[in-house]
Amino acid sequence: MTEGAAHPYIPNSAPETRREMMRAIGIDDIEELFEAIPQRLRLDRRLLLPEPLASEQLLRRHLVELLERDRPAAEGRSFLGGGCWQHHVPAVVDEVVGRAEFLTAYSGSSYPDLGKYQARFEYQSQMAELVGMEVVSDPTYDWANAAALSLRMAARITGRSRVLVPRTVGPDRRSVIENVCGMPHLHGAVEVGWLSYDASSGTIDMPDLRRQLDDGIAAVYIENPSYLGTLEPQAASIADLVHGVDALLIVGVDPLTLGLLEAPARYGADIVCGELQPLGTHMSGGGGSSGFMAFPDEERFVSQCPLILFGVAETQLPGELGFGEVMFERTSYALRDQARDWVGTSTGLMGIAAAVYLALMGPTGMRELGETIVQRSHYAADRLAAIPDVTVRFGPHFFKEFVVELDGTGKSVGDINRSLLRDGIVGGLDLGRHFEELDGCALFCVTELHTGDDIDALAAALEEAIA
Amino acid sequence: MRETPRLSGYHAAVWQEPIILEMGAVGERGIIPSTDRRVAASVGPANELVPPALLRRDPPVLPELAQPQVLRHYLRLSQQTLGMDLGVDIGEGTCTMKYSPKIHEQVARMPQLAELHPEQADEALQGILQITYGLRQFLCEISGMDEFSFQPGGGAQAVFAASCILRAFHLERGESQRDEIITSSFSHPCDAAAPATAGFRVITLPPDEHGLPDIGALRSVVSERTAGLMITNPEDTGIFNPNIDEFTRIVHDAGGLCFQDQANANGILGIARCRDAGFDACHFNLHKTFSSPHGSEGPADGALGVTELLAPYLPTPIVRKDGDSYSFDRDRPRSVGKVRSFAGNLQCVFRAYAWIMSMGADGLRSTAEISVLNNNYLQQRLLEIPGVSMPFAHRPRRLDQVRYSLAQLKEETGVGTEDVRDRMVDFGIQGYWMSHHPWIVPEPFTPEPCETYSKEDCDEWAAVIAQIVREAHEDADHVRQAPHRSTIARIADHDSFEDPGRWAMTWRAFKRKRLGTADRSSSTS
Repeated sequence: MTEGAAHPYIPNSAPETRREMMRAIGIDDIEELFEAIPQRLRLDRRLLLPEPLASEQLLRRHLVELLERDRPAAEGRSFLGGGCWQHHVPAVVDEVVGRAEFLTAYSGSSYPDLGKYQARFEYQSQMAELVGMEVVSDPTYDWANAAALSLRMAARITGRSRVLVPRTVGPDRRSVIENVCGMPHLHGAVEVGWLSYDASSGTIDMPDLRRQLDDGIAAVYIENPSYLGTLEPQAASIADLVHGVDALLIVGVDPLTLGLLEAPARYGADIVCGELQPLGTHMSGGGGSSGFMAFPDEERFVSQCPLILFGVAETQLPGELGFGEVMFERTSYALRDQARDWVGTSTGLMGIAAAVYLALMGPTGMRELGETIVQRSHYAADRLAAIPDVTVRFGPHFFKEFVVELDGTGKSVGDINRSLLRDGIVGGLDLGRHFEELDGCALFCVTELHTGDDIDALAAALEEAIA
Repeated sequence: MRETPRLSGYHAAVWQEPIILEMGAVGERGIIPSTDRRVAASVGPANELVPPALLRRDPPVLPELAQPQVLRHYLRLSQQTLGMDLGVDIGEGTCTMKYSPKIHEQVARMPQLAELHPEQADEALQGILQITYGLRQFLCEISGMDEFSFQPGGGAQAVFAASCILRAFHLERGESQRDEIITSSFSHPCDAAAPATAGFRVITLPPDEHGLPDIGALRSVVSERTAGLMITNPEDTGIFNPNIDEFTRIVHDAGGLCFQDQANANGILGIARCRDAGFDACHFNLHKTFSSPHGSEGPADGALGVTELLAPYLPTPIVRKDGDSYSFDRDRPRSVGKVRSFAGNLQCVFRAYAWIMSMGADGLRSTAEISVLNNNYLQQRLLEIPGVSMPFAHRPRRLDQVRYSLAQLKEETGVGTEDVRDRMVDFGIQGYWMSHHPWIVPEPFTPEPCETYSKEDCDEWAAVIAQIVREAHEDADHVRQAPHRSTIARIADHDSFEDPGRWAMTWRAFKRKRLGTADRSSSTS
């Protein structure tokens, strides 16, 4: 394309304009532009790439043909969860996050990007109501990173370097926490101790917590619900124990539960973190992940948070509000290697999606949604548990996911899932891959997308699959 | 230079939308979740399925608002956001504000991408796996690297993942004493912050008189403690470091590894490859160079590439091809594991793949050529304006961007770079990016006129700067009081964002601190 036709995305590739601009800057050969790059560092050939699909129509056809090789599950037919969940995305959310103004904005300032700032402030404000805190961070990459950054933040706040995390955290979250918390031979590492869980309920093993908890512990992290779907009814007692040694309690949540379940601040959380994807973002093969942190409005917390925090302030016009970044100088944009960890572009649009989602749902919608999900998941657990040789592990308290033991059927989870797939059903996540003690178990996820009939169809297909 | 009518006529949308928590009325609904009476009857009330200690006592104070009003509110907020699609967004340098083709958005909404679950079997993901593998091949060719991971959810996270790889590599070789990373002042701040989080001490090379990282300083700091070099090239100044291969040799000789931050690779696509300069690893921001939309700061993707030597350490999974079928390889015992959940932002991977498919080798080369041509053209226009200067040598030519200085304007008129930025928006132009820290260039601004922008766009942008400079001399206060035609009046007191007694990051905090009204509250505090 050095000479010839203009590319539709590149206005100045039109030959006449290109020549005019070259004349304007006084070059005869386009190569002169690259005089700064020594010949020895130059690529001396054309890149080997496929011939371009310059026609939009042909490009579309190519992309559609590729994607048509994918087989997403029909609605109500997939029971996969494990950190990424299929929920209904309201059309208004898609409409708003698809708006070119939001979709193509970036790091513009308070005035030209007022709407972006306000939408993010409204996300922070509504999340604050759900979790019961006065500060909510701008989104980060995902729940796993939010948890890991919360642990490091707690270590800085308390001046301690050891944290306790339950063994129920999922494989990805566990790996991220280990990577972000660091390695002992390097600087600033936070040592992670692993807490056992009760084999029958899936909740924190309290004697183990008492054994490991001392005044060297910066924070204890628990989840509500856990990766295995279980709820933690001992949360308030755990908070008392943790506060007894002046450590912080970090609670990881799926915020979708919080119309029905208690705000973590009410049972003693000092930092709340979790996943935003359920609040109006499509799964996109895991690309929908987005995380958040929340904590009290106290300088010792705010000053140690690594993430961007949008704040509100009055303008010169009475009654009018504007927005800006709070305590920007603490971030890595300003302090580089002396900052609190790092911050960068992550998942801003998911924050806007969450704002729209929560505004649509309101308190009643969030409660009703929580109720219907918990009812459907318990209905599903009842139906599956009624099948001979199939048992539901852990309980009685779970939200939308629960562990099903299939070991007694004499068939592997993989074989069973292959049978289910023949009926168009995507079965539960094979936990044996990640938890040695849960070999032969699968994690089933049920949401508002699954009707009673969908669940009955699963039960019937499972019964057939193990026969 | 063409006169633009927007120099006088623009005004941003002014809606003065209330905070959403102030809107609506009790009982209004925006959407109704589905219910299943048969299921509900079978298991009984939800309240009895939840441990009493965890049952919510007070409902969350969320808006109660009907659907049209929610939509209207957020559409109005969108109108008050100057996305790249609406403006000549040359100003946000280091961000590569290029056009994100609409056809990508249309196709990306297909359930075959949007409704995929990451734990579905590879057989159900053959389309997106083939696309991911295709992008892997393209980026290997563009960079010279041997393998790519798409797991990092942004550029800074890719730098963190690279730090994890360096950490694992040296540890495995019994060189745990290697605890220092070397970067440069004009490299992105994350090239210092991410390795520091990973536990490294960071050494920052200052620029020499040409604006290049000081090679003498590099020689004096490498040692048996050097874990690696993490550096941008060209740096934020747009200056290409011609001795970069000498840098990588010095670091390799000391036993370290070399990572190039290629967040903004627009100026070198098809021109130079970091592998050929001796780098062991690099990353590309798919949301910058490769057209995935910036999304109001994400979703993003930092595609991380490495040589064969480091491939075993890449985050898991990576994509494989076997005959006509594709899979995620999750069985990689030497991998650093995960820096983020799942396989990466596949919707960004899809868009980058689509963009390269629409460009081809010649299109990528044209992207580089026109980006650099635009930058040199804009440079000529801007340096005609009195008070605008370009620190460091004028030759050889800069590549994709330039960090200019308004120090002279500030001295002569008292109008500084922040004032100019805020005045720009009165002309319908996004405020420019000033500089990453540290501010070595005084009163800086950093435009990046990538291939998306026409000659007229460049002229308009330069005309706006020229206009503001004129105003600075004629009526400095008018500039300092800007914006005048934007979405809101000036924020009265920026210090409140630094004051624990007054800052407010949520509406409930604002009400408590500034309005003196506390809510029916569901918090302990």
